[in-house]
Amino acid sequence: MDSIISLIQAAIVFGTVIMLGAVGESLTEKSGSLNLGVPGIMYLGGIAGLVGVFFYENAVSEPNSIACVVIALACALAASFLAGLIYSFLTITLRANQNVTGLTLTIFGSGVANFFGGSLNKLSGGIGQVSVSTTSSAFRATVPALSNLGVAGKIFFSYGFMVYAAIAIGVLSQIFLSKTRAGLNLRAVGENPATADATGINVIKYKYLGVCFGAAISGLGGLYYVMDYTKGTWSNDCTIESLGWLALALVIFSAWKPKKVIWGSYLFGILYWMYFYISGLNRSSQELFKMLPYLVTIVVLIISSLHKNKENQPPQSLGLAYFREER
Amino acid sequence: MKENAIEIRNLTKSFGSIKANNKVCLEVKEGEILALLGENGSGKTTLMNMLSGIYFPDSGEILVHGKEVTIRSPKDSYDLGIGMVHQHFKLVDVFTAAENIVLGIPGAQFMNMSEIKKKIKALIDKYGFEIDLDKKIYDMSVSEKQTVEIIKILFRGANILILDEPTAVLTPQETKRLFGVLRNMRENGKAIIIITHKLHEVLEISDRVSVLRKGEYAGTVNTCDADEMILTEMMVGKKVELNIERTEPENVSEKLRVENLTCINADGRKVLDNVTFTAYSGEILGIAGIAGSGQKELLEAIAGLQTAEDGSIIYTKKDEEPCELVGKTPLQIRDMGIALAFVPEDRLGMGLVGSMGMTGNMMLRNYKRGSGPFTERKYPRKLAESIKEKLDVVTPGLSTPVRKLSGGNVQKVLVGREIALKPQLLMAAYAVRGLDINTSYTIYNLLSEEKQKGVAVIYVGEDLDVLLELCDRIMVMCDGHVTGILDARTAKKEDIGLLMIKHDGKEE
Amino acid sequence: MDNSVQEPFIRIARREDMIWWKAWIIRGIALLLSLVVCAVVIFAIVKMNPINVYQTMFKGAFGSTRRTWITIRDTMMLLCISIGLAPAFKMKFWNIGAEGQILVGGVVTAACMIYLTNFPTPLLFLAMIATSCIAGAMWGFLPAIFKAKFNTNETLFTLMMNYVAIQLTSFAVAKWENPYGSNTVGIINSSTKIGWMPGLFGKEYMLHLIIVLALAIGMYIYLKKSKQGYEIAVVGDSENTARYAGISVSKVIIRTMLISGGICGLSGFLAVSGASHTISTSTAGGRGFTAIIVAWLAKFNTITMIAISLLLIFLQNGAVEIASKYGLNDYASKMITGIILFFILGSEFFINYSLIFRGGKKNKKEE
Repeated sequence: MDSIISLIQAAIVFGTVIMLGAVGESLTEKSGSLNLGVPGIMYLGGIAGLVGVFFYENAVSEPNSIACVVIALACALAASFLAGLIYSFLTITLRANQNVTGLTLTIFGSGVANFFGGSLNKLSGGIGQVSVSTTSSAFRATVPALSNLGVAGKIFFSYGFMVYAAIAIGVLSQIFLSKTRAGLNLRAVGENPATADATGINVIKYKYLGVCFGAAISGLGGLYYVMDYTKGTWSNDCTIESLGWLALALVIFSAWKPKKVIWGSYLFGILYWMYFYISGLNRSSQELFKMLPYLVTIVVLIISSLHKNKENQPPQSLGLAYFREER
Repeated sequence: MKENAIEIRNLTKSFGSIKANNKVCLEVKEGEILALLGENGSGKTTLMNMLSGIYFPDSGEILVHGKEVTIRSPKDSYDLGIGMVHQHFKLVDVFTAAENIVLGIPGAQFMNMSEIKKKIKALIDKYGFEIDLDKKIYDMSVSEKQTVEIIKILFRGANILILDEPTAVLTPQETKRLFGVLRNMRENGKAIIIITHKLHEVLEISDRVSVLRKGEYAGTVNTCDADEMILTEMMVGKKVELNIERTEPENVSEKLRVENLTCINADGRKVLDNVTFTAYSGEILGIAGIAGSGQKELLEAIAGLQTAEDGSIIYTKKDEEPCELVGKTPLQIRDMGIALAFVPEDRLGMGLVGSMGMTGNMMLRNYKRGSGPFTERKYPRKLAESIKEKLDVVTPGLSTPVRKLSGGNVQKVLVGREIALKPQLLMAAYAVRGLDINTSYTIYNLLSEEKQKGVAVIYVGEDLDVLLELCDRIMVMCDGHVTGILDARTAKKEDIGLLMIKHDGKEE
Repeated sequence: MDNSVQEPFIRIARREDMIWWKAWIIRGIALLLSLVVCAVVIFAIVKMNPINVYQTMFKGAFGSTRRTWITIRDTMMLLCISIGLAPAFKMKFWNIGAEGQILVGGVVTAACMIYLTNFPTPLLFLAMIATSCIAGAMWGFLPAIFKAKFNTNETLFTLMMNYVAIQLTSFAVAKWENPYGSNTVGIINSSTKIGWMPGLFGKEYMLHLIIVLALAIGMYIYLKKSKQGYEIAVVGDSENTARYAGISVSKVIIRTMLISGGICGLSGFLAVSGASHTISTSTAGGRGFTAIIVAWLAKFNTITMIAISLLLIFLQNGAVEIASKYGLNDYASKMITGIILFFILGSEFFINYSLIFRGGKKNKKEE
């Protein structure tokens, strides 16, 4: 029983990182841009938040936890929004290839993040030594009354606010896409920009907004990883990058629907951590187990191409640049 | 007297050296259905595209409700209350009908879909459409998609509707329903322009008919004063002498026999229905018909690019046993030693590799030539040089991507290469489309030369004057059927015109 | 509705054709601009004269014979992957899976080094080369066959295959762990040097240079002169035209991806047997992705790839030197690489399109 609870807890924490990444990327891809820069954007979101509060916490003697959270969020959002802006300027305005630009963004993001992360570590005296304890504990704070409610409390209420915020963002994104006029327009732009253009929708504007806001949400995934998952520290391993790719996989798995991303992310979390709770596995076979989320995604990809179910296909113009005169 | 909804004065539009529209005039009144009639390439679609903001005219004026306007984009056109239903529908496949209809219309962020649907429903009832608003476009038949397009335009408040060959894709029952709706719209004071080739439909639905011929305005008649004969004459015009040299066929022998050929396209429609004919060596067989009557599929089926549902294609090699082509791939056909040249309609999308130069394109048909893993370059380069010289291809160099050449030069490269195959059967589809007069004549002469060499030539064309002077026999197709095979030396233009619109052979 | 519809301030039109030297001037300007931006960034961080910094970079990459050879080795590695990607990209098949193809190639190479120690050296090398190629080819084959048969999206498929390969590598690392508990494989055969790629003419990495340059020339000839290369070009341009010419599109897709994956697998062999003598999940180290950019920028021309690979490796190794000299970490190189690539990618726009300002050539191309 305890192991199931802790598996669920691990899956939810893990899932939140990729959920944010994938919800953002879903919005971006719905607007027709395949942004392979998600890992880079999550890196940038994470490091920007960390650097922001690091300087704040070091500058004041008694950091205010609300201020910490606000600064971290603002920095992460601004940095990842900017990353989205670079990507959209290059791919939408300058019509550079989306795949290549996205990959460059990932290289750039991981470079910037690890560079500053490494420098922060050095400033604070060694690898893993950077610590933003106030912020991290603010991110991880739970409501005591609720988290002590036995099993239910452990499963549902033992997390920081970002876990719930992520779900809210996922739900809101779904509502935005399926219920609002702007969401309808955004989807039309991603499916068939020429048709959208002909009905008077500003295709360029929607593409920019889709990428930039999508990037901002993805960036929050990186921030959550740094503040909660690794408890406000930085290590120069490539975990964020691999989580970023997993977020991309999740977008495919969930057929570009944020509501599916929400439960899909927890499923990926369970698949990813399952090895830990299956007894009798040695370390090498544990690694094979971690393959599961990717294998599942490949299977989903193949099945959807076999079935030709129109509801589960990528947006039709995904990856293509739009230029009105080349109709 | 009703008001003019649209008045077009002396509208001219050129593409390169081709005048697609030359000083065209047109009027449509409110509460009227105007049929716009003309052969393929007569400039109807170009004219309508200028009204819908896709092309911008070179000169001339457009007046909407009596006021002169400038239409620079589809949005301008929408704002003026002009809505066009294109042949290729502009709909988002994964959206429902209602979502497509409401797309791009400003309004409150949160859409109350049931409220919106109620509004659309009112419109639907007013004109008598039949549509399920929650159905996804990808689940819809062509006729349903068309209905959505029309509702979409009306919902945006359009009072001038342009329909580009709306009945081409409809069954007779669907056509009847559409006409009912159009009449309702006319009652409500909408101005409607309908482009069509089908004369009986023109006579059935329209109030007046305007005719375009080769980019020029050929006149307008009231439908009540017109009959099929009058309209056909207006459409095809008097016979024009072109002075294409035509020799008598020599050494005629059977080359290709097509029997009961039937093909079905991806939508399950019969694009070729029981087609039977014979092509002889030493003659040019012309194929006439409204575009999309199955000409493209016929040639592709012979070339091995289209799977035949039924029937046979028998090819007779010189002094050899006839052989069956149905079920063979292009490669197998070539390996059987059959010299078949094919100039497809889509030059850069099928016949040539746009990103390669002339030399590279010369290799397309025989890049496997010679043993060993490497391509032979000497022969194609020589061939490219000789074609460039013989046909006066204007290109900066043999390695300049052919995509960058003008349409006429692209066609010369393609035809030149195909003729260089020394074919026994040469098929060409719309070989002069978009070409200037001189290049067109170069192509005609090439085809005639091939005929004199004893090649069986099949030529799909749209200009009846050319077909009548170039070909020896003319086969007319309509809706995937062969509606007649005529002797080109004695046939009359009007006869062909009537056969082109003879549907199912029943409606005559 | 008034008549005075404004012409937009700037309009964009596709350029017909730019003379090659003009295109290279534009790329050169972009490179210069990016170096200026990088200099500003570097100055902001280390407060050092950027000129000195670039000098240090040069020293880092070419400062000594040893460093020059390291730069050559790394360049060859990146080049080898880019060569592998060239045929796939020429066919417009987005093989994002080089990272995985390298890793599986590396894993089987390491396996050979570990398990086949009693093989005679030539046979061992034959085994390593063959298995690494086959492993990489299999990694390319899977997405290719699904693309050919069901039109499954190859970008996403190959991307996922990377992570399957990474986990496979983790599995192998855990299995071959040495010493126990270190979670690394350590240097394989560090004393016997069995399966280590030998040097040539007294230069440790001469063989790399020869093999990869030969591959580059071979691939150049394959793509430009061979019948199969011709088929790849036709399929990449238009599948309809390919069918018209009697080319079997699915056969070409599968064959080309076997070649592409095979060469990427071979670079895994180069990385393990020829450089690191160990295997880890960072054996590919993002080079599979960088190579995509190299292949794209070189327009699939393997000879141009030599120059671009060299530029990127120079930046990388130079930045490592800066990092150690100024006490920074060497991730700075990725940052700089990113900035430079952004500029070069953006510059392509000015080669392919021209800007028409309002009032310039009014209504000339209005259609």
